[in-house]
Amino acid sequence: MATSVEVFSNLQASDLLFLGEAALKTLEIAIVAISIGTIFGTIFGWLLNAGNLAVRLVVNGFLDVFRSVPLIIQLILFDSFIAIAGFPLPAFWSGTIILSIYTSALVAQVALSGIEAVPLTTRRASRSLGMTYWQDMRYIVWPIGLRAVLPAWVGVALSVLKDSALVSVIGYTELLKASQILITRTAETFTVLAVAGLFYFALSYPISKASSYIEKRWQQ
Amino acid sequence: MDYQFLWRPVFQSLPDMLDAAWITLEVSILSMLAGTFLGLFLYFFRTSALWPVRFFAGVWIELARNTPALFQLFFFKFGLGAFGIFIESYFVVFIALAFNTAGYMAENFKGGFNAVPPTQLRAARSLGMTFFQTQLYIIVPQVMRIIYHPMTNQFIWVILMSSLGMLVGLRELTGETQFLSSKTFRTFEFFAATAVIYYIIAKIALGLMSFIGWRLFKGPQ
Repeated sequence: MATSVEVFSNLQASDLLFLGEAALKTLEIAIVAISIGTIFGTIFGWLLNAGNLAVRLVVNGFLDVFRSVPLIIQLILFDSFIAIAGFPLPAFWSGTIILSIYTSALVAQVALSGIEAVPLTTRRASRSLGMTYWQDMRYIVWPIGLRAVLPAWVGVALSVLKDSALVSVIGYTELLKASQILITRTAETFTVLAVAGLFYFALSYPISKASSYIEKRWQQ
Repeated sequence: MDYQFLWRPVFQSLPDMLDAAWITLEVSILSMLAGTFLGLFLYFFRTSALWPVRFFAGVWIELARNTPALFQLFFFKFGLGAFGIFIESYFVVFIALAFNTAGYMAENFKGGFNAVPPTQLRAARSLGMTFFQTQLYIIVPQVMRIIYHPMTNQFIWVILMSSLGMLVGLRELTGETQFLSSKTFRTFEFFAATAVIYYIIAKIALGLMSFIGWRLFKGPQ
């Protein structure tokens, strides 16, 4: 490298560690957002099923916005809004908040179709056996509905894991952002991107395979 | 909150933003069409008797589905640059979204073709139809009906994800908004307006797809 100007430094073994740590950060924000989003999404889904017309319209209208506006716009909007409002948050938290709402908008649909997957006659039967509404929910709707929509939920979780890459836009150093930092330093564009891609693949592929395996087993 | 909202620059730039919205729409429609055709080929490749063909399709499908769209975008923009292949931003967005859509559409086609009972193919063939007649008149219409809804979702997704063009320097709706807002520092106002435009585009696209579906398949799904 005698001829080149010493602007870039070469890739080192520690850079792999740097990317690995960034992959953990991706995993971290994804797990937090998916957990919060799933809890709220399930509640929203239940509201969409059990609420009256006004509740359903409001909840659906609210969630629909998050499904119809690009995630990147949501992140930039929220980030600039909290700055305007005078409550600047660390990038991790503003990213988590938006990702959680986004997740809950997607999970709400999954939860709704899960509840609707249980035939009404089955639910009437459980109620006439003397079960309360919540017993029916817990022992009849939950197990049947969960089986029907678990693959869809895994799909949502995987898409959130991948979409968490967008949080880099508001300054959270997750996997993709870390790879950009490395590229700026080393100019090894292809290698760094390939490694980052491998990390994403390693996070996502096993889960997607496990999901389709479970789906197949349940169908037998 | 001592922030003064200033909407005038947004209204003044609205024509520019709407022009940029056409680019968003154009690149989305093109990638969706290309992605659907490629997805169909990938599905057939995936069921091919030759293992290299199967392997190629498998790698494409799994890479498209298991890495972020933004990563794919960066890869086509910067990753290929390492080999001296430099693609214009517009085509980077087109290629990346088509690549991604092809992977997901291949899975949709798989579901669609699997849902049509194979006995129908045999029945049609024994009625004297050729293989292509069977596909054209019996199988594909049913497959289209099954995959139309996921296809609509994919199309909306493509429109929304084309916003990533901003990060590779394409001046589509989001890129244009970023450019305009950096001139005036009215980030919130500009992106709020853009959010509204995206919402309207998504709703129009959804309405249009439902209408086309209703005309094609005679009646609601």
